[in-house]
Amino acid sequence: MTDLAASAALPKPSRDMLPVLLPVILALAMLPLIGSPSSWVTLTVASLAMGMMIFIMASGLTLVFGLMDVLNFGHGAFISVGAYAATLVLLPLAPYVQADSLWLNLAVLAPAAVLSMAVSGALGLVVERVLILPVYGQHLKQILMTTGGLIVAEQALYALWGPQIIPLPLPTSLRGSFIIGDIAIAKYRLLAMLVGLVVFASIQLVLNRTKIGLLIRAGVENREMVEALGYRIRRLFLGVFMVGSGLAGLGGVMWALYREQVHASMGNDLTVLVFIVVIIGGLGSIGGCFIGALLVAAFWCRSWRWSRIFS
Amino acid sequence: MTDLLTLAGVHTHIGRYHILHGIDFGVPEGQTTMLLGRNGAGKTTTLRTIMGLWPASSGRISLDGQSIEQSPTPDIARLGVGYVPESMAVFSDLTVKENLILAARDGPLDDTRLEWIFGFFPALRRFWLSRAGALSGGQKQMLSIARAIVEPRNLVMDNGTIVHRGEMAALASDATLQERLLGLSLETHQ
Repeated sequence: MTDLAASAALPKPSRDMLPVLLPVILALAMLPLIGSPSSWVTLTVASLAMGMMIFIMASGLTLVFGLMDVLNFGHGAFISVGAYAATLVLLPLAPYVQADSLWLNLAVLAPAAVLSMAVSGALGLVVERVLILPVYGQHLKQILMTTGGLIVAEQALYALWGPQIIPLPLPTSLRGSFIIGDIAIAKYRLLAMLVGLVVFASIQLVLNRTKIGLLIRAGVENREMVEALGYRIRRLFLGVFMVGSGLAGLGGVMWALYREQVHASMGNDLTVLVFIVVIIGGLGSIGGCFIGALLVAAFWCRSWRWSRIFS
Repeated sequence: MTDLLTLAGVHTHIGRYHILHGIDFGVPEGQTTMLLGRNGAGKTTTLRTIMGLWPASSGRISLDGQSIEQSPTPDIARLGVGYVPESMAVFSDLTVKENLILAARDGPLDDTRLEWIFGFFPALRRFWLSRAGALSGGQKQMLSIARAIVEPRNLVMDNGTIVHRGEMAALASDATLQERLLGLSLETHQ
């Protein structure tokens, strides 16, 4: 490649840091309201962990929204199906889940997470082909089709697994908290934060450092021109839809472990939350989705505490 | 001289509007063909129909003897057709370099070819790592054209060149002499 001088490049537009700083400002503003610094740290870590899980669930939806212009109200189905798929591994291998060994626990969690993503991704393939393909460009029909799909998926889960809530205990080594002075940090929340950061970094890496990422970013902006350059964007759409569905499945199993239970309506319950995050973040923006998830989680965690204080 | 591109009795409908009413023309190999017409005459629709962006409702379009009127846009582009849309359609969020990397579908950017393009459009070298959205209108046109010719093409259809007609004429002339750039359809509103 020719060594091209970048020194003469246009001045970079000033970066608006306010959205990035907003979660930090919000967290600091909460400190005087909460009172106890140790409670504040505990709640902040809890909200970060919850934000990461919401981000994992919402990231696929924002890409699908931005790239494909599809209003997928059935995104919650991938969350539920992912969580149920994980029970196929975690429940039969319960002795390994209950073993007091981090490595044994992780050896069960990893295939459960992979299975969740695979099943949700495969479901994504079917949904895109059957429900969404006939209604591209027709938002009202997309809402009807995908909402209908969510209801069908939920009822199918009831039919297959029954109406009862399925307990999904946390692996033994991820139970409890690290205690630092008066601060308690739940171990599982640290894992959730780690996974969320890895997912965020991976998506950013793919979007900014690979040709597939360039195509996705270009496709979000102008699908027609990407096709006019000779790329079959339909395949790209399908791939993104499957990855987005798989990520929702991963988020589903993480959320189920966080709540230590699985039920068929969990995806439906989370759909509104996920849409709020996607809309706050801006359609198609992974960075915006990340910040939006942190903001929503920050409000959620602290409002829960306030409701306890004021009730 | 044989025609590289031929349109015969092409009709195009957009929704319920009948835009093209039986277009017939040929683009000879190795020459520059210019499509002239008043505003609303259907120049843009013609080029979009050739690209498959608005499919022809009837008639025949053939490129190098191959019928393309039913082909999807990516397949038409893969036959070596470069397209410069009226809106320029540069990817604003991507840098100049990234725009050209995407346009070079068959492999990494060719340094020699880049230098040839920079000879016509030096601004692209200067703003190589700048976001395309930050470029001026004329520079976006340069980028859009560069994208269409960053790899050897059989046919380049330019629907956007208004400001840089002089440079485009020079480019067209140079390209037809140096490359297997067989036809260049240059359309203007003026």
